[in-house]
Amino acid sequence: MSEIVSMKNICKSYYLCDEEIKVLKHINLKVYKGEFISVLGPSGSGKTTLMNIIGCLDVPTSGKYILCGNDISEMNETELAVIRNKEIGFVFQSFFLLPRLTALQNVELPLVYSGLPQKERRGRAKEMLCRVGLADKMNNLPSQLSGGQQQRVAIARALVTEPSIILADEPTGALDQKTGADIIGYFERLNAEGRTIIMITHDINVARHAHRTVNILDGQLTEARA
Amino acid sequence: MLFESIRMSFVNIRKNKLRSLLTMLGIVIGVASVIALITIVRGAADDIGNRVISLGGKKIYINVIGTPLKQGLTHNDAEEILSVGNITGISPTVSGMASVVYQGKVLENVVVEGKNEVYFKADPDLLASGRAVNILDLKSRNQVAVIGFNIARELFFGRNPIGEEIIINGMTYTVIGTLKETTGFRPDSTNDAVIIPYTTALRVLGVKYIKTLDAYLEDTSLADQTIMEIKGILNRAFNYNEDAYNVYNMGDIIDSFQSIMSMMSMLLAGIAAISLVVGGIGIMNMMLVSVSERTTEIGLRKALGATPFAIRLQFITESIFLSVTGGIIGLIMGVLLAYILAAVIGISVSVSLSTNLLAVGFSAAVGIVFGYMPAGKASRLNPIDALKSL
Repeated sequence: MSEIVSMKNICKSYYLCDEEIKVLKHINLKVYKGEFISVLGPSGSGKTTLMNIIGCLDVPTSGKYILCGNDISEMNETELAVIRNKEIGFVFQSFFLLPRLTALQNVELPLVYSGLPQKERRGRAKEMLCRVGLADKMNNLPSQLSGGQQQRVAIARALVTEPSIILADEPTGALDQKTGADIIGYFERLNAEGRTIIMITHDINVARHAHRTVNILDGQLTEARA
Repeated sequence: MLFESIRMSFVNIRKNKLRSLLTMLGIVIGVASVIALITIVRGAADDIGNRVISLGGKKIYINVIGTPLKQGLTHNDAEEILSVGNITGISPTVSGMASVVYQGKVLENVVVEGKNEVYFKADPDLLASGRAVNILDLKSRNQVAVIGFNIARELFFGRNPIGEEIIINGMTYTVIGTLKETTGFRPDSTNDAVIIPYTTALRVLGVKYIKTLDAYLEDTSLADQTIMEIKGILNRAFNYNEDAYNVYNMGDIIDSFQSIMSMMSMLLAGIAAISLVVGGIGIMNMMLVSVSERTTEIGLRKALGATPFAIRLQFITESIFLSVTGGIIGLIMGVLLAYILAAVIGISVSVSLSTNLLAVGFSAAVGIVFGYMPAGKASRLNPIDALKSL
């Protein structure tokens, strides 16, 4: 199996009033193609920072991170943006749909930055919305959709660029029990189709759906068996 | 991506209608005042310029002060000037004051000017009705008069003056024509004048000499040489006393007049442009507010793969969109304002394409300059901090 994520000795520190705060301490993580892995940890454990680094939103203070064969540690902002666009599909806890754009336009957004012509963009975005079961809601604004529907739009947006990883940060955090279960069901189905999914959560019941769970506590990873 | 930026700008501006409108107002006022000022000043300059050109663009104006022995030009001097190669005609003027009487109505201290047929030929637009003074009138010193607009109104109110007889300094003249009303500011207004053949005037006004004389040029490019020749004639006439006369080339006067007008309009436009800069600061302010309001949006776009350049492009586009929209509204308002003001003042309007392009181009430049800093700020936002801020 090919490695998608390969992290070696990743450290991340922040400075607060000249005091060094070590958020991540020597993280080693490998994620293979087709895996469904969850990162489980309480708040303040460093799991969001880890997600930011996996998602190329941030660069580590030290260590080596290779994503799909690209060394992230040395990249500048523009190169990181291109990698994010190509390789990563984000699903956020609070959806982060742009309120003034329709569902379809929201799904199109990553393709705008890929530089695809509009016709092709529209076609691919429509296809994705159909696949998440929102064919009849394409021209609705996010405010006209329920939480679960909004998260499905966000998933369609994450999938539309055919990324190497789906990176989900507490994807069920803002949803009720039943809708949350539906969304997890979606992820399981996507994984069955062969997609690599990394899910970050503090909820062990959610984490259980993944094939593999790693625990993060005080900036250190431990492999756990569910 | 550029198209996408333009579309997003439109969406955002429509979302914040009132705020965008108020922000644009600065640019609108700035562009409108620049356009209105330039258009009006240029219209006025063209108006005056055209009038002066139609009257005297090809004219050399000779003003004689004279010497104690010889107080002006004689008829022979005038004939000599006419014989200069480049001169097509001369129009001497002798003037005096007289009382004008018609059927018991008396006008005192009316300017009576003796002129010849060349004066009327040079500007065919002078006459309102009747005929001009012609060569026969001059040769036989006819007692005929062409009367100015105000004189006609005061003496003949409502009646046709042509063919009527008026008494000038005790002698009877037949009115053969009336002059059009001269409008606006001009020193050669004929509204209050009576024009008679200059040969008649020499006899009856008690003036022996010609004090002013206009010489019409065939070819204006040879004006300097012609002036030299005329000066030669005048030098001989006044015994080489150069203080006895002045010779002006109307073309030179028009040139300097036009350069003064264009300087004036640049100055006014410069003052009005200050309001454009103030408008630009307004745009910058709004863009900065917009960047901090939309931190999350910027973070999300970055997470989805927007490069710093793409973010910068989007905000610059928005700023240009605002300022150019303001510029176009200002342009329309400025042209309207110019038309209204021109109608009130009574001048013609000359809307020039280059001024309009300049104004819109300038407002776009304002958008770029004042959008650059906020757009840079947006492009440098860290996506993590931006996403956290919700």
